[in-house]
Amino acid sequence: MSRWVLMGALLFLTSCEREQRRFQELPAAARPAARDVQQSELQAGPVAPAPPTPPTRAASEDNAYDVSQGKRLFVWFNCSGCHAAGGGGGMGPPLMDAKWRYGSEPENIYATIVEGRPNGMPSFRGKIPDTQVWQLVAYVRSMSGLLKKDVAPGRSDTLNTRPSESSKARETPRPEEVEQPR
Amino acid sequence: MSAPLPTPPEPPPVRDDEAWERLYLERTWAPKKGLIGWLSEVHHTEIGKRYIITAFVFFLLGGIEALLMRWQLSGPEKQVMGPDLYNQVFTMHGSTMMFLFAVPMMEGVGLYLVPLMIGTRNAAFPRLNAFGYWTYLIGGLLLYGGFLLNVGPDAGWFSYVPLAGPQYSPGKRVDIWAQMITFTELAGLAGAVNLIVTVFKHRAPGMSLNRMPLFVWAMLVKSFMVVFAMPAVMVASTSLAMDRLIGTHFFNAAEGGDALLWQHLFWFFGHPEVYIIFIPALGMLSSILAVFTRRQVFGYLPVVLSMVSIGFIGFGLWVHHMFATGLPQLGQSFFTAASLMVALPSGVQIFCWLATLWGGRLWLKLPLYWVLAFFAVFVTGGLTGVMLGTYSVDQQVHDTHFVVAHFHYVLIGGAVFPLFGGLYYWFPKITGRMLGERLGKWNFWTFFLGFNLTFFPLHFLGMMGMPRRVYTYGVERGWQPLNLLATVGAVIMAVSITLLLVNIFWSLKRGEVAGNDPWGADTLEWGTTSPPPSYNFLHLPTVRGRYARWTAAEDQPVVTGVRSDRKEVLVTRLLDAAPDHRAELPGPTLWPLWVALATGVMFIMVIFTPWGIVVGGVLLFITLTGWFWPRPPYKEELAPEQPS
Amino acid sequence: MKRLPIVLWLCTGCGGGLRMLDARGPHVERLRSLWDLLFLISAVVLTAVVLAMLGALLRRRGGSKAQVPEVEAHSVPPDGAGARPVDPARERRMGRVVGLCAGLTVAVLFVITVANASTGAALARLRSPEALEIQVVGHQWWWEFRVQDPDPSRILVTANELHVPVGRPVILKLNSRDVIHSFWVPELTNKRDLIPGQQNTLELQADRPGTFFGQCYEFCGIQHAKMGFVVVAESPEQFEAWRNHQLQPAPQPTAPMAQRGQQVFLQGPCALCHAISGTGAAASTGPNLTHVASRSTLAAGALPFDRGHLAGWILNSQSLKPGNNMPALTLPPDDLQALLVYLESLK
Repeated sequence: MSRWVLMGALLFLTSCEREQRRFQELPAAARPAARDVQQSELQAGPVAPAPPTPPTRAASEDNAYDVSQGKRLFVWFNCSGCHAAGGGGGMGPPLMDAKWRYGSEPENIYATIVEGRPNGMPSFRGKIPDTQVWQLVAYVRSMSGLLKKDVAPGRSDTLNTRPSESSKARETPRPEEVEQPR
Repeated sequence: MSAPLPTPPEPPPVRDDEAWERLYLERTWAPKKGLIGWLSEVHHTEIGKRYIITAFVFFLLGGIEALLMRWQLSGPEKQVMGPDLYNQVFTMHGSTMMFLFAVPMMEGVGLYLVPLMIGTRNAAFPRLNAFGYWTYLIGGLLLYGGFLLNVGPDAGWFSYVPLAGPQYSPGKRVDIWAQMITFTELAGLAGAVNLIVTVFKHRAPGMSLNRMPLFVWAMLVKSFMVVFAMPAVMVASTSLAMDRLIGTHFFNAAEGGDALLWQHLFWFFGHPEVYIIFIPALGMLSSILAVFTRRQVFGYLPVVLSMVSIGFIGFGLWVHHMFATGLPQLGQSFFTAASLMVALPSGVQIFCWLATLWGGRLWLKLPLYWVLAFFAVFVTGGLTGVMLGTYSVDQQVHDTHFVVAHFHYVLIGGAVFPLFGGLYYWFPKITGRMLGERLGKWNFWTFFLGFNLTFFPLHFLGMMGMPRRVYTYGVERGWQPLNLLATVGAVIMAVSITLLLVNIFWSLKRGEVAGNDPWGADTLEWGTTSPPPSYNFLHLPTVRGRYARWTAAEDQPVVTGVRSDRKEVLVTRLLDAAPDHRAELPGPTLWPLWVALATGVMFIMVIFTPWGIVVGGVLLFITLTGWFWPRPPYKEELAPEQPS
Repeated sequence: MKRLPIVLWLCTGCGGGLRMLDARGPHVERLRSLWDLLFLISAVVLTAVVLAMLGALLRRRGGSKAQVPEVEAHSVPPDGAGARPVDPARERRMGRVVGLCAGLTVAVLFVITVANASTGAALARLRSPEALEIQVVGHQWWWEFRVQDPDPSRILVTANELHVPVGRPVILKLNSRDVIHSFWVPELTNKRDLIPGQQNTLELQADRPGTFFGQCYEFCGIQHAKMGFVVVAESPEQFEAWRNHQLQPAPQPTAPMAQRGQQVFLQGPCALCHAISGTGAAASTGPNLTHVASRSTLAAGALPFDRGHLAGWILNSQSLKPGNNMPALTLPPDDLQALLVYLESLK
């Protein structure tokens, strides 16, 4: 009997996490080691003088709504301009494969977005509020199948050139040497 | 797989030995004992009762959701709940009332009453009946389980794509909704097929098609509508689930799909759905009218033809739900004309019933109260329906609270009022006790008052511009007073339903004992005990006129030659109900439950993984094999034939 | 029929009028006359049915279980115990009345069909080649309006507030960027859906100046309730003035505070979604803010435009309109003040 209760509680917790719609900022859930460093000399827009706000949350990973918002932001903020819709890669590296130059953990991707990376990835510090960065992080991870299948987004209402994130097989992340610019 | 029945100790009894006959029938038809017995029940009265009770529970849940919505809307910018929860609640309310209350309730009443009314011992496919109930229950539990686990669907009971599609409804909320639809429609189809065959092949000798009670006609028309309408929505819900789960493009305009395809499929079911709910209620109404005006319903033929033509026309006007999507001029005119056309048979029925009232002597009992209220309420809804079916006017009031007012007048006025009348009318037959008169009158008057107070103001709110499905509105819109009035009305309705519940529970224990026939009624179910025994009738009746018990001769013959030591029933011919052959019906079994559970595993598992098809397929193969395993032959059938 | 007493009585008590009947343009006037016809028919039919029912209730009481039921003569049982025959003469009379009523129903339905078709034809006649074309794009949960012009440089992009010239027909081209929305201004027009992948049209014309509130009528997600817009009908001269002003790029801020506000706008998150012409901000995810201060509302008609609401909207839009796509921003107070001053300068 108690086993059933436990299973029920687990089910509740998982669906609760997946289906929650958090519109208000939650208190700090996790705080990855974000450094106030900028690795790219490129900056999206004029240089922001304001200090960056600390990241507050990394809970988007298990939340279907957050991931789907991340998917919309990926287009709205023109991430797709370089990485292509769905993350197939173009001017920027593909995001749907197993190769990660700067690490596949959420904190790594957060840092990539906020700090920028050499060879073209601009820093979005001060541009994208933290909530949305975390949504983007979760979506970026979903593109190579790193999220649970019941959280990853389905197909888009657009031309779909590749399978949806929810049907993407998991790519085991492996590091990739940074290619020397030719 | 039914175990062979015990060999009778004596040769089959003869007709005049009633005690023996009863003993045999009881032994043959007795349900199994205990929990296993309860789960393996296949008799139509028991299944019908379960449908009715389950649907009533869902009605109460849907009502609670309605109260929550009315509370939220009672004032501008109220914070009873946020938009996310509100959207779930209104989706739950609509889905519950349409899929888990109205259709199953009508089906349950039909499954309970039709075999009794046509004088047979069980429905034609008893196991299919049980299977239908279990799938319906699983579908309902899935929806409410999801809601409690915060996976409540939030795209509306109509789930328009692209909003309900994979991009704009992340998570599993809409998948749960789509699978719930598939479950309930499966149950609806099972019940409909069952009713059609029962009505066509199991009528008492002499009950030719033109002598069938109007209620049975209504159930027949309704069942045919289910057979043609429900596949459309099952296709739609399955396509939606496939779009969401495996990335098909049925509704993706960019890949050659079409968002409007969803609306066409949904309303091709959705409009007949209204009549699927409403026509059985017309049958109940006709039954009540005849008994409480003490005369036949005026114009049997026009009423039957009206029902049948509503059944046909009902499929030709779904597009009036889509008038705002932009139609060519010809389409507008065609579907306006089709929508208006359905007012003619509805009108003819109303006129015939009014003529019945004028031609009879009214016996003012509670069932008739609800029927009389029906005239005022339903006709109001019907007339606003004419407005909504008219293209140009619909362009204005579409998707405002005017529509909310309209369909509550039609569905509550057209279905729930007759249903409550039917509850007061048939409660004695089902339970053996009368429902209390005094509380019943309170119940009626508070409901009538509360209903009109709730829904009449919504017409005006719609004309003031208040849209449907909004979780709040600004104070500057000036919608508050009427909304508050509507909320007060909703509370009065809630009080009324509470009174009904009190009345039901009180009457179950203390109600006046009904006897076989407290109303002096015409249909066959009143000829057996209340509640009916497991074999329905001691002697299967025959019929010599439309109002079977009124027109029965003093020495009306009964059916003989149907074995009492087996679950045998008489099969009659479709048109004239002349005896054709005897058929044996299967007995209690657990297999329908197993098959329903296997279906449940498949439908729910596919939400999370495509492996659900494989697992469910294997389970279904096993359980269906069990279900269809041939019955071992009786001993005497094995015996070598004696040369005569 | 034009002024129904019950309508008046209800309206005096409740603040808002029955806007659908308050025609301010030729389209709704046509629809209004059809409505009046249908209302009249409905009122008569409902009264007749209820009177017929009440009449039977008052005059035909006194049945009971003991009363022998009446059935068709040929099916009365031979011993006559269970039933007695109905009076055939009375049945015939009732049959005539029912037949008459059915005939009347057919006639009335025919009248309605013809009236509907002629209303449709009348609306079609209002179409004019001189109509001002405005493109309406639905977004979750705001409206984009593009006043079209043969000269591409004179295409005006604005959001949530539409100005139209009085007396001139306007043709709206409706489309959606995400899900299905529906456009309706009760006083000015009928209703039409905005469907992705499909272009719908809708005509509109205002005969008198006025300000009207419209909103989305097709459930479109979590903030369907707060997807409103304002239509301002004004004289053709005022409209041209408005249009020319809106076509101007945003004024360059001169005051230091406003200049700093512009920097905050361009360097901060705002410019990622919003456009202000004349600056570097050109994104089209959110409403165009070039002349945001000239509008009377914020957040798609949800809030009045003033400094307090603007500040609240920027700092915590999610508590005012939960689930909308504008993120809550944490801005230092000085930056916020500067941003407010700048945005308010965008007249």
